[in-house]
Amino acid sequence: MEHLINIFVKSIFIDNMVFAYFLGMCSYLAVSKTVKTSVGLGFAVIFVMAITVPVNYLMNKYLLLPGALKWLDPEFASLDLSFLSFIMFIAVIASMVQLVEMIVEKFSPSLYSSLGIFLPLIAVNCAILGGSLFMQEREYKTLAEATVFGVGSGVGWFLAIVSIAAIRERLKYSDIPKPLRGLGIAFILTGLMGIAFMTFMGIKL
Amino acid sequence: MSEIKEKEPLFSAKNLKLLTEPIDSKNPVTVLVLGICSALAVTVKLKPAIVMAISVIVVTAFSNLIISLIRKSIPNRIRIIVQLVVIASLVILVDQILKAYVYDVSKQLSVFVGLIITNCIIMGRLEAFALGNKPWPSFLDGIGNGLGYGLILVIVAFFRELLGSGTILGLRVIPLEWYVKNGGFYENNGMMILPPMALITVGIIIWIQRSRNRKLIEE
Repeated sequence: MEHLINIFVKSIFIDNMVFAYFLGMCSYLAVSKTVKTSVGLGFAVIFVMAITVPVNYLMNKYLLLPGALKWLDPEFASLDLSFLSFIMFIAVIASMVQLVEMIVEKFSPSLYSSLGIFLPLIAVNCAILGGSLFMQEREYKTLAEATVFGVGSGVGWFLAIVSIAAIRERLKYSDIPKPLRGLGIAFILTGLMGIAFMTFMGIKL
Repeated sequence: MSEIKEKEPLFSAKNLKLLTEPIDSKNPVTVLVLGICSALAVTVKLKPAIVMAISVIVVTAFSNLIISLIRKSIPNRIRIIVQLVVIASLVILVDQILKAYVYDVSKQLSVFVGLIITNCIIMGRLEAFALGNKPWPSFLDGIGNGLGYGLILVIVAFFRELLGSGTILGLRVIPLEWYVKNGGFYENNGMMILPPMALITVGIIIWIQRSRNRKLIEE
């Protein structure tokens, strides 16, 4: 149990998707103009991550890894399909995003219209594919670990986008050099927030 | 009577523009805000940045070309999945080639080669250009956008490696005698190796670019 909490805290703060790995930056920069929409997108990302990472974990374990197909027939034990993982993962993600899109459209049409093009773009949000690829690279041992990692990374991303949105709402009232306005300052702010988040690296888990 | 259309030269002014515009005024990273994720994570050293840039150029160019060739037979409703399959197959090719020939670099790039699939530049160009244009202009557009991306990548990596480690492409530029521990005055800026400085470097590049090109300023 303690182990799982460690993974959770680590994936939110220390290995934060945005500040430590720059994943999901495109939608992070594009949608973070108001807190309201970024909260919506943040929840969508948490949801998609919480489903796709464990599903991809199972895919990886029972279909792709060398010898993973043993459950089907002992003669498949020598197969190694791991080169197919990119296609497999992206297919899972694309279908999950489709599902989320349908759910959001049904239950919150206003959020649906304010997210606009960025909802389907979750499919190409690198944080999501990154979550699955990190899960594969770090070789989490159990389904529970993979799930906790997925949810934690989603929460980390949520935290990042909501905090930058809050700052950017305030930025409207500040006097920034003209060429730096908008995108430039958002980059520099993210960098500064990244520096702040690096203080968590000192925590040994 | 069908008129005989004059054949457009391969590198007409219009086509050249496709190639050069994305490098400055329509740069995918600093102007269109696409493909930033991977742009920043691989820029600690120059070598992986160059390998990454070349990989992305190859994938953008060929995915644009392939989608443009089959654009008339893709049903609109499933186009995203078709595009993802084309991109993913090309990325698998690139990944396998990198593993075979430059294994150490492919280890350094870790998951970021796979993340080319979700690089929004590629998806963005397929949606915005390749679906509506002929194969050759699409191919050039792909190369142009890949170059624009690669340029930012290389600039950022150059400064990070120079200031952070005192080397360029692994070769020592700042002599060892200059360092404090050898009795000199210089110390590497350890900050540059850390991830946040990549963001700040790009922020500064944007600042410089927009002070030069005032049309790009946002209100």
